Amino acid sequence: MQETKKIRKKASIPQKECVACGCCVKVCLLGAISIYKGIYAQVDTDKCVGCGKCAKECPASIICVAETQEGQVK
Amino acid sequence: MKQKKKWYDYLWIVSLTYLVLGFFNILFAWLGMACFIIPLVISIVKGSKGYCNRYCGRGQLFALLGGRFGLSRKRDMPKWMKSKWFRYGFLIFFFAMFFQMLWNTYLVFAGAQDLKQVVTLLWTFKLPWHWAYHGTLFSDGVAQFAFGFYSVMLTSTVLGVVTMILFKPRSWCVYCPMGTMTQLICKAKAGACKKEGLR
Ligand code: SF4
Ligand code: SF4
Ligand code: SF4
Repeated sequence: MQETKKIRKKASIPQKECVACGCCVKVCLLGAISIYKGIYAQVDTDKCVGCGKCAKECPASIICVAETQEGQVK
Repeated sequence: MKQKKKWYDYLWIVSLTYLVLGFFNILFAWLGMACFIIPLVISIVKGSKGYCNRYCGRGQLFALLGGRFGLSRKRDMPKWMKSKWFRYGFLIFFFAMFFQMLWNTYLVFAGAQDLKQVVTLLWTFKLPWHWAYHGTLFSDGVAQFAFGFYSVMLTSTVLGVVTMILFKPRSWCVYCPMGTMTQLICKAKAGACKKEGLR
């Protein structure tokens, strides 16, 4: 349970379900999301703090905020 | 850190004004062509969804009404509504209806049909709209197109408002034909179609 390893929450977005509307980009205060070539949204895991704002805003409700280890989504 | 508002964050005012103008003079409906041409040009030229991501006033209007004004239940959409077949199906349906509207316009232009001063809501309900028509300097076809185009805009707004209330504020953006189409163009441009197995 109580690990001392770096465990942080990060947002992750499944590419195939994303409609690239950009709602998530607009609400992220850290500017961690960008739309890749108008196709899908990408999260910069270095900038993301896992606040979950984007997940709430996404009209397709596809963003998942979960714990990651060393930048990798479990 | 706060994101600063840019000039384009106020384009919802333009969208709202557009809808209101249609109640006074239907010919203003022609201005709505911008909502079709600008996103297409941006996606074709730049290969981005810059229109959706920045400039679309309609999306902003839904975000405002559903977010700030709380007119949204903020629930998840049903799965089928965000599925590919529904999004592409709606795009095809929308365009079929759009071309039917163009055909009707053509018939009026050609003099085979009389001008109908109605706005058709949800492709079914014909609302009398003669009070927003004060004659045109051009052919009756010009006015027919205005009525038809305003019907398209009003219908999509009504659908957008309904899904805004039921689901998330910008639920419309998931199945918006312009959004779907510009994403498809971007995909084609990036050559991502092959990777996705869409062909
Ligand atoms: S979880 Fe918060 S910080 Fe991370 S991408 Fe979403 S809005 Fe930005
Ligand atoms: S809000 Fe959701 S659907 Fe829209 S770009 Fe972001 S992840 Fe994709
Ligand atoms: S998906 Fe449609 S309504 Fe939403 S931002 Fe794009 S063009 Fe506007």
